[in-house]
Order: sequence, then structure tokens, then C-alpha cells
Amino acid sequence: MAVAIAEAPFHVLAVDDSVLDRKLIERLLKTSSFQVTTVDSGTKALEFLGLHDEDASISSVHADQLDVEVNVNLIITDYCMPGMTGYDLLKKIKESSSFRDIPVVIMSSENIPSRINRCLEEGANEFFLKPVRLSDMSKLKPHIMKSRCKEHCHQDEDLLSNSETNPTN
Amino acid sequence: MDYSNLRRQAASLKKGLFDQGHLDEQFRQVEDLQDEASPNFVEEVVVVFFKDSGRLISNLEQALEKYPRDFNRWDAYMQQLKGSCSSIGASRMKNECMSFRDNCGQRSVEGCMGSLQKLKREHAILRQKLESYFQVTLEAPPCQSWCHDRWIISINLLTDVCMFTMQLLRQVGPAGAATRPAM
Repeated sequence: MAVAIAEAPFHVLAVDDSVLDRKLIERLLKTSSFQVTTVDSGTKALEFLGLHDEDASISSVHADQLDVEVNVNLIITDYCMPGMTGYDLLKKIKESSSFRDIPVVIMSSENIPSRINRCLEEGANEFFLKPVRLSDMSKLKPHIMKSRCKEHCHQDEDLLSNSETNPTN
Repeated sequence: MDYSNLRRQAASLKKGLFDQGHLDEQFRQVEDLQDEASPNFVEEVVVVFFKDSGRLISNLEQALEKYPRDFNRWDAYMQQLKGSCSSIGASRMKNECMSFRDNCGQRSVEGCMGSLQKLKREHAILRQKLESYFQVTLEAPPCQSWCHDRWIISINLLTDVCMFTMQLLRQVGPAGAATRPAM
């Protein structure tokens, strides 16, 4: 059974507590042909994904079993946010079995190497220094394509192991 | 109406904003995001900026009073404001934000207060200059020129069609001439 790759625009979830920066990142992404959802906090990002602030491991099990309607191809988040920082959000996403393969990009107005390294070590795919520019948008698609390849490889492996355990002939 | 003068005036106002250091390259990045799909994007962003920065300045002033010598808190407020200024390319305001943060680092209340006053002044100047700029661009928007030109083209086309039809009728003659019985 062939798996058709949909040609719908890629969906990016943008997280930033600044209303001005949300407006800018939304326009940057839309100009670059992405479908965009913006939220103003890490907590709302997790809610949108169907994860919860606490009990992330329990919720992710449910997400595996239920049809996950939310289809997000990349998450781009500000680092400095009140309450849950972008780093905290990154950790939650990487702890989730449903969403850990979604590429995460961190944005920050402060160029602090230790902060950048900390995020990259935690699994962030890219770090943008603010203000984010149109030229930065071209760096997003390669991360999405890589994670989709990974996802299709996993699907193919699952199909293969299913056919081996349940032979049709 | 001659819009070219108004457009020249708008261009001159904008050049002044850049030459005097009120705006930097980031503002041009914001302008590049404006297109047919989002024709008022720059103005919308500027409106959001002044609403947001006004709120942040007000919060900071309250914090200066309510939390004396709480430099960490003051710095946190100013970091947000600096971020906004940076996002829109408000260069002079951004410099005053940085000056304020330096004064926080040096734990100088007087320095902070001085920076804040300068910041508020730059905020007011930028607002006034951008308001003037948008006022002029609204009076001579690119769209109006396009609409005007399109109207002229339509009139010309209609005239041409009428004249062609008249010439055709002269050649063919009245509709019933060929079938009218001879008297």
C-alpha cells in the first residue's frame, strides 16, 4: 500500500508572548507559504498539541491511541516567556512520544552561547537570533523534510513488521 | 489630483526617519513583508508597536514607583521593550532601552530615570513622525493611482468602441435600407 505524501502547506505552530513578534512571525511564515497557528504561551502550545502541562507522559500515551487531529510540522518558539520558557516547552515536546520528532526552532533576542548550546543539546533543531528575517525562513523546510523522511521510515518499518507477523497469503 | 508630489513628500519623510537614526534596516525588512495579500501590514505593525510600547512604558513607570531599586525587575520590563523596538527597527528607542539596562547593571536610579525620560521623548518623536508619514501615504496611496489609471483606460476603451461602432454603422447604413421597398 503506497503512502501518498500530501501537498498541503506545512503547518507551523509559532509561540511568542509578544503580540508584535507574533504578528511579524505570522507574516514571515505566511509569506514563505506556511500555514500558521500562533499562541502566546508554552502552556497554550501544549494545549493546542493535545499535551498537558503536567502528566505529559500519560497524555502522550492517549495521543498515540487516539486519532491525533492536530498536524504540526514544525514548532518555532521564543525563548524568554513568562511562566513556561521556550526551553521548558522544548523539553516537554522532546519528552512526548507523539511529538518528539517535530522539529523545534528557538528564537531569542539575546545572543548567549550557553543558552544556544543548552537548547541544541536538548534537541532544538535551529536557533534564530531576533529579529527574525525572511531569509531565516528558508532554513525551516529542510528540518521538516528530514523529520518527514524519518516519520515515513518509521511507518514503512511498522508496515513491514506487521506484514511479517500477519502474513496475508 | 497630482499624487506624485505627495509621494515625493512621503519618500522624503521616510528618508528623514532613516537619516536621523529613528529607524534602521529592520524597518525595511518589515516593509518587505507588505504585499497585495497584506497591503496595510506596515501600518498595522506600527499601530501594534505603539500600543504595546505604550503599555510597557506605563508598566515600567509603575514598577519604578512600586518596587524601588528593584533593578532586576526594571531590567526585565526594559528587556521586553527593547525586543519590541528591535523587531520594528526603532533604533533610537532601542539605544535608550540599552542605556537604561546599563544603568540597571550599575544600580544607578538616577541613570535609569534619565534614560527613561529620553526613551519617552524618542517614543513621542517617532510616533509623531510616523503618523505624519502614514498621513501622507494615505492621501496618495499606490492603489488610488492604479484606480485612477484604470478608470482612464476604461473611458478610453469605451470611447474607442463607440467610435468603431459609429464607423461601422456609417459603412453598413441604416438597418432597414436594403429591405425598404422602393417608393
